Amino acid sequence: MEWLQQLINGISLGSIYALIALGYTMVYGIIKLINFAHGDVFMIGAFIGFLAIARWDLGFFPALLLAMVVCAILGVLIERIAYKRLRNATRIAALITAIGVSLLIEYTTIFFRGAQPEAYPDVISNKTFNFLGAQISMQSIMILSVSIVLMLILQFIVHKTKIGKAMRAVSYDVEAARLMGINVDNTISVTFAIGSALAGAAGVIFGVYYTKIDPLMGIIPGVKAFVAAVLGGIGIIPGAVAGGMVLGVVETVVSALGFSLWRDAAAFVILILILIFRPAGIFGKNTREKV
Amino acid sequence: MSNLLLKVENVGIQFGGLKAVSGLNMDMHQGELIGLIGPNGAGKTTSFNMLTGVYKPTEGVITFDGKKTNNMSPHQVTKSGVSRTFQNIRLFKELSVLDNVKVANHSLAHHSVLSSILRLPSYFSGEAKMEQQSIEFLKIFGLDKYMHELAKNLPYGMQRRLEIARALAAKPKLLLLDEPAAGMNPQETHDLMELIALIREKFDLTILLIEHDMGLVMGICERIYVLDHGQLIAHGNPEDIRNNPKVIEAYLGEEVTG
Amino acid sequence: MKKSKVFWIYVAVALVVYGIVEFLISNGNLDMYYSNLFITIAINVILAVSLHLVIGITGQFSIGHAGFLAVGAYISAIFTTNLGWPFPVALLIGAFVAAIAGLIVGIPTLRLKGDYLAIATLGFAEIIRIVFLNIDYVGGAAGMQVDYLTTWSYAFFAVLITIIVISNFTNSRHGRACIAVREDEIAADAMGINTTFYKVLAFAIGSFFAGLAGGLFSHNFFIIQPSQFGFLKSFDILIYVVLGGLGSLSGSIIAAILLTIISLYLQDFPETRMIIYSLVLIIVMLYRPSGLMGTKEVTDLFKFGKKSRGGNVNE
Repeated sequence: MEWLQQLINGISLGSIYALIALGYTMVYGIIKLINFAHGDVFMIGAFIGFLAIARWDLGFFPALLLAMVVCAILGVLIERIAYKRLRNATRIAALITAIGVSLLIEYTTIFFRGAQPEAYPDVISNKTFNFLGAQISMQSIMILSVSIVLMLILQFIVHKTKIGKAMRAVSYDVEAARLMGINVDNTISVTFAIGSALAGAAGVIFGVYYTKIDPLMGIIPGVKAFVAAVLGGIGIIPGAVAGGMVLGVVETVVSALGFSLWRDAAAFVILILILIFRPAGIFGKNTREKV
Repeated sequence: MSNLLLKVENVGIQFGGLKAVSGLNMDMHQGELIGLIGPNGAGKTTSFNMLTGVYKPTEGVITFDGKKTNNMSPHQVTKSGVSRTFQNIRLFKELSVLDNVKVANHSLAHHSVLSSILRLPSYFSGEAKMEQQSIEFLKIFGLDKYMHELAKNLPYGMQRRLEIARALAAKPKLLLLDEPAAGMNPQETHDLMELIALIREKFDLTILLIEHDMGLVMGICERIYVLDHGQLIAHGNPEDIRNNPKVIEAYLGEEVTG
Repeated sequence: MKKSKVFWIYVAVALVVYGIVEFLISNGNLDMYYSNLFITIAINVILAVSLHLVIGITGQFSIGHAGFLAVGAYISAIFTTNLGWPFPVALLIGAFVAAIAGLIVGIPTLRLKGDYLAIATLGFAEIIRIVFLNIDYVGGAAGMQVDYLTTWSYAFFAVLITIIVISNFTNSRHGRACIAVREDEIAADAMGINTTFYKVLAFAIGSFFAGLAGGLFSHNFFIIQPSQFGFLKSFDILIYVVLGGLGSLSGSIIAAILLTIISLYLQDFPETRMIIYSLVLIIVMLYRPSGLMGTKEVTDLFKFGKKSRGGNVNE
């Protein structure tokens, strides 16, 4: 049952991508910005989780919660300090600022603690059990259930709460939302908070699952999560989850076939193919520029 | 009547499931000045976009000057002799007034990329020819005084004129003007109309005009097509249009007197 | 023509600068440290000017320039080190192959706009890097030994040719067409400009010179590795163009020179360097998004009463 095993590994990786991709897609949906710093929020989440577990002896769930809270605050700070002034700037200016924020977070972290990696402590037992011939670890199950619960909470917030309605309204039309009395600034901040909290959770989960974290760990998963968001149709929440899962499984399969050095290229090949043939993504609708 | 320049047969376009324009039939003869009117959202600009290759029609045939233009890209349509202005002015804002016109004069000279890089004689003669021609167009529109200003620094009315000058520099046989008088005061509108009449004479142009100002359209167009909800609802000379009950109905609440 | 006179004055000034530096190097007044600084400046200026054509002039937001740098670096190194061809020939081959890579990347991606184009070029650059990482012939991740062949003379003349070609291109009907694409693609198309052709052309020319810089780059170190051509390298080049002022040739040159010197002084403190870099980037974007020079050129500062820029023959 080699394939079932790979599928399970792929879904575990995919759920991490999906959690990060959700933040990308929410932020892009609401202010049309590729938040390059999002991958670094994920990295900060991983380090907060590490500190909580290894230094402060907290359990997995308190550590997860703490990382989410810290990342939510960080996300809001980034938005308020750097991005808020850029609402009416050109796309290039916004994207370059995002790259700047990303570099700033990475190198400030290195400045204070060095670039050396850190080994994540075991907080969830490594016990595995057999399922149709595939070895499933407790960790995989934990990751998957935490991811699913977080996604369900997100779905609830977006569709059943007042702030969720505000978020959808702002992403549809900022000016109209403002005229309807929605506090646009607060709504955008909440979007950043939620997206960043999910990235923080992904960071802790990543640490537990892959056991090694370092200050530049956010770059590649960050870009790949963006690929996942584009794959599913940027701005579409279920799309980000599906895109993350597809990407995780494809990468695992590419590795399993013996091309592990090409694994990173697979994501970019998918990205380019989707951008060329279906730029709106799997779930998106094509729109055209108004002349 | 003189020779047929543009023939539009049963042309339509769908966006997703929505039919923006359907069953459009038009013909334009050399030298005519024709108006295209209709309430907001009737499909006038969409029709322009199909005529200029920006949108590909999903049905029907557009023939310009004997060639089918349906599947041409905009720059190919322009080279075959159709040029346009835009409803929401689209100048090259950071370029000078002169350079805006020079861009449209692109195909006037033929010096290659290599010739430009190596500064061969053909580069100098080509650029000089473009410059001289462009200044001539600017003079017609009274814009030569401002040729070194950036386009974005011109006042609104002049930007509209520059857009027409630029469209003219592309050497069209058929000029499409999308609400050229929008946002102008009556005096400016009047001057603009005289100018359009002048260039029409001078360059032997055929002109298709979208305009909201009914008085203006009724006053200068020889024939008028009326669109409503993506359909052609009437076609004829200004007098017919003014008395056409369908047109009056489409414009209900708006004045159709000119 | 007055224009050509001004042009020859610039060339003469540049040659004098070249002569002085060459004299100082050959007399031993400038040690390796400084001659290396001058060569590095030259390479970075070529990179900045080539990306300036793509982003500043044509408005196509490419953030994968390091990919073409890598192509030029590896291809030219293969021809000199492995095949024993003369250095100048290898430089040209590297540049041509990079231009072809530019065509292969540009033709499918340049129909994308803004953010999507940026991400696609970033993706392509990564794919190029991963390809080199997986080819054993060029040493994979361990890298490839390269002969040390780059001299100040090669570097200088490469810069001179790059600037002349790109500035002449910009000041012609072709360059104007590219600027028109930057300003308003739909209007450019409607004025008879083949926008796809010009986007791809600008991209290929930009890639050509990035490849040329790559050849100089690889023969200026003794070893090249795929890890030298990642995101960070692309961002470095991007920073020159953006800080210099999108659309300003002289701005991108000045930014490349200044930042190369600053980097050299901060090379023992790489984190501090990156923190300063990123802060400068953020602050400039927030308070002066048009960069140091905007779309102006240094030459505009000495001209009064006549405002012309980016694509005027009389400039």
